[in-house]
Amino acid sequence: MLIVRTVERWLRPILLLVSVYLLSGGHQSPGGGFVGGLVAAVPFALHALVYNAPSARRLLRTDPHFLMALGLFCAMWSGFTGVFLGAPYLTGKWVEWELPLLGHVDMGTPVIFDIGVYFAVMGVTLMIILSLAEEE
Amino acid sequence: MEGMLAVVVGVLYAASFYLLLRPSMVKLIIGLGLLSHAANLLLFTVGRVTRVNPPIAPVGALAPVEPFANPLPQALILTAIVISFGVLAFAMVLLYRSYQMSGTDNLNEMRRTDS
Amino acid sequence: MLVAIVSGFVLSLFAPWLTRFLGRWAGWVFSLLPLLITLYFARFIPSVFGGDTFRTTEPWIPSLGIQLSFYLDDLSLVFTLLIAGIGALILIYSGGYLKGHALLGRFYAYLLSFMASMLGLVLADHVVTLFVFWELTSFTSYLLIGFDHKREEARRAALQALLVTGVGGLALLAGLLVMGIAGGGFELSALLEKGEVLKGHPLYLVILLLVLIGAFTKSAQFPFHFWLPNAMVAPTPVSAYLHSSTMVKAGIYLLARLFPVLGGTPEWQGALVAVGCITLVTSTLLMLRRTEFKPILAYTTIGVLAFLTVLLGWGTDTALKAAAILLVAHALYKGALFLVAGAIDRGTGEKDTEQVGGLFKPMPLTAACGVLAAFSMMGLPPFLGFMAKELLYESLWEWGPHALLLKTIFLFSGMGMVLAAWVCGIRPFLGREGRTLAHPHEAPSLWVGPLVLSVEGAALAFIMSPTGAWHGFTPPLAAGVTAIAGGLGLTCVRQAVRRLLNGFAFLYRLGPESWYDMKLRLLDGFASFQTRILQSGYLRRYLIFTLATLLVSVGYYLWVRNIVYWPDVFSGASLYEAGLSAIIVSAAIFAVGTGSRFGAVTSLGVVGYGVALLFLHLGAPDIAMTQMVVDAISVILFILVLYHLPRYRLSSSHGTRVRDGLLSLGVGGLVTLLVAIATRFPLDQTLTSFFARESLPAAHGRNVVNVIIVDFRGFDTLGEITVLVIAGLGIFGMLKLRLLGRGEGDASRSEASAQEDT
Repeated sequence: MLIVRTVERWLRPILLLVSVYLLSGGHQSPGGGFVGGLVAAVPFALHALVYNAPSARRLLRTDPHFLMALGLFCAMWSGFTGVFLGAPYLTGKWVEWELPLLGHVDMGTPVIFDIGVYFAVMGVTLMIILSLAEEE
Repeated sequence: MEGMLAVVVGVLYAASFYLLLRPSMVKLIIGLGLLSHAANLLLFTVGRVTRVNPPIAPVGALAPVEPFANPLPQALILTAIVISFGVLAFAMVLLYRSYQMSGTDNLNEMRRTDS
Repeated sequence: MLVAIVSGFVLSLFAPWLTRFLGRWAGWVFSLLPLLITLYFARFIPSVFGGDTFRTTEPWIPSLGIQLSFYLDDLSLVFTLLIAGIGALILIYSGGYLKGHALLGRFYAYLLSFMASMLGLVLADHVVTLFVFWELTSFTSYLLIGFDHKREEARRAALQALLVTGVGGLALLAGLLVMGIAGGGFELSALLEKGEVLKGHPLYLVILLLVLIGAFTKSAQFPFHFWLPNAMVAPTPVSAYLHSSTMVKAGIYLLARLFPVLGGTPEWQGALVAVGCITLVTSTLLMLRRTEFKPILAYTTIGVLAFLTVLLGWGTDTALKAAAILLVAHALYKGALFLVAGAIDRGTGEKDTEQVGGLFKPMPLTAACGVLAAFSMMGLPPFLGFMAKELLYESLWEWGPHALLLKTIFLFSGMGMVLAAWVCGIRPFLGREGRTLAHPHEAPSLWVGPLVLSVEGAALAFIMSPTGAWHGFTPPLAAGVTAIAGGLGLTCVRQAVRRLLNGFAFLYRLGPESWYDMKLRLLDGFASFQTRILQSGYLRRYLIFTLATLLVSVGYYLWVRNIVYWPDVFSGASLYEAGLSAIIVSAAIFAVGTGSRFGAVTSLGVVGYGVALLFLHLGAPDIAMTQMVVDAISVILFILVLYHLPRYRLSSSHGTRVRDGLLSLGVGGLVTLLVAIATRFPLDQTLTSFFARESLPAAHGRNVVNVIIVDFRGFDTLGEITVLVIAGLGIFGMLKLRLLGRGEGDASRSEASAQEDT
């Protein structure tokens, strides 16, 4: 059990980093909001299995409800940028900057949409797993 | 290659339907899981398979290098995977709750909608 | 014109809220809208009666060529003025009649939307527009009859009216569409010119029959007359407005509208005259049995509609003119009489004509209205009713001397009308005061409506022929006098007649209403029969039905068309792929065969990873990754749920398993076959190449799959994550919200009920 707990502790930041990497790189290489969100849910799910659900909730620091709502909110509102600029709902709009340190930054509403997907998927997965884990 | 996948898809469908027809709740859930695999693989196969490049444009190119795998079924499958995960979880919890309330895992005994 | 029609719907949306805001003045304020509409259409009077017609068109469903087109000619103008004008009075009246009712706002909303639908109906030009408004009037009528929804009687009457008129509406739709196809156009204004073509068309009889069913159900002609008296459970303003002045005239409107198109043939004449006469006799006999205000008025309404049907069937110039005047006259006097009946009901709490009397003193204005309207209904000069009656008998004389039967029927019904007018409009105000429940009184909102209507009856007659509608001493006049004398005579022996008719009460039970009930019972029986078969509640039965249907229908098609390509299993597959496929197949078979729950879960995981590896190998790293992560999470899920579920128990017999096995193998084989066939034909690459080409330049992404998900098909994805969130909330609800108590009793109780079922 000690080994499992140790592995779990080490795995947690790695998995979170991987999920962020999958999310951020998703537009250019394999990855994206769906898989990123799923990966992000795994460490908390594992924690709930290894310890218990309340502990996992403490670790999460927020409620899965909030993540779900945040995700849907991001995804829905990213679509309105296009509307304000006179295009149909969910039309992608992009801006490109040359920044020091980061170099070429390509930012657009689909990225925000993808972040929304990420949080929604993460929230739903955690909601399911934590609710089930809390059953006696 | 598509021929072999067609057989795999057929076997998965047959296995999942057989399990869905069983009166046991757990078998129903396993059957649902197999069904989603079967459907995903079917979509993938009908969209044609290629062993060469993923549909990702390499750095320096404007489009993926031919011949590349068909991205359209992939996008459909990707969302389907996550959706079927949600549906599977929903079905599981539904069955679990109805088992709790009715005290039986035999679907033949669960007939009335209000029991 | 469109604004005039739609404004009623718009106002009805806000009516409940406005009613709360305006309080007791709501009815007066709402009546401004129909008043404005009346004024708007009144502007057209000189030009339209001079022979002009107006047409407006708005695109509605352009893909089907259906336009929201409206057509104004003399016929629709008459109806429009009646609908809007009487509508205004009814709105005022409702405020007084339903004073203090909790749902008054809703009532106004229904009334306003009815008015708008009715306007749309009589102004519609395209047949589909006509049908839509036609059904809208049935629907609003349903809402209004069932307004007192706590009474079972009201609900039943509402449903009956809806079903009868709704079925008629469907027949009408079919008839209109066939007519449009036969006539080569769907605009009524265009079809009006196509009369000769249609009358000679082989489908003429079909069209006629379907249209007549529509018209007869709406206008309560035999054998569909029974819904109208039952509809009298509606509040009185509704009876006055929908069920005497306007909606029931929609069928007559339709007949009049289509007269140039379909009318004048022997079939038309025969059907309309015969149905009208049967209805006349039936309604008069049924009326004589009743003593309450509203049923008497309802049966005479049916009678007048039957008069109109006969006149339109006969179709001479005099007959058509008589129909037009009778229609207007009836709308005015019958509306007024209903409102008077409602005012008496409000004032005294009495619904029976025999129980009231001497109301002249407490309700002088109401009495004036009642008497004026009753005179018009009896056909006394100088009222519009007199003109109508004169023309009616005049057209009857045109039938020649042989129409003895017809004359008898007309006279008999005429006497019935006179009796009804006497009983409802005059007698309640004479004699000694009857025993009444409440102290009789009247209120302005309750007498304005009837007064305007009954005075209008005289005024219109004066405007139309200032010399008085006097035709001299002619046979028709003699007939009218006979009818009045006979009717008044009948009132004296009323009780005896009623006793006589009640002797035949058993016939009533065999009437069309019992057919309706029987049909409804049959339908119910059939529905529960097929529900027992198809909606058994067993998951496996649904599945078996679905799968067997799929197997048989698709398999049969493939077999008949002889497109069976079995796949080349091993062509072009590498060893790695063959190995993965073998692992997937054997894991699936193991999942079926194993008796261990965890074994089954593990093999499901193996299938998942196998499929993921296949995806990875075949150029789909995105879905491979996702599949793997989902598999990992699914395992956690299974552990959490299976922990709570019982072990496998073998509970199906050998035979069942063989049957299920064969069915599943059959469907699996069919899927294999379909995939093999599908992959044999070339794939449409248009979308694929578009996505691949545009992904980087237009959407700034190299990963085409992800670009499709978040950009090209972002709307789908938005829907999908919404579904996910809903599923998550559903799970949360099921687990966290214990809506039903979860005591120990639950399990045993439901087991007991399951045993009762079997």
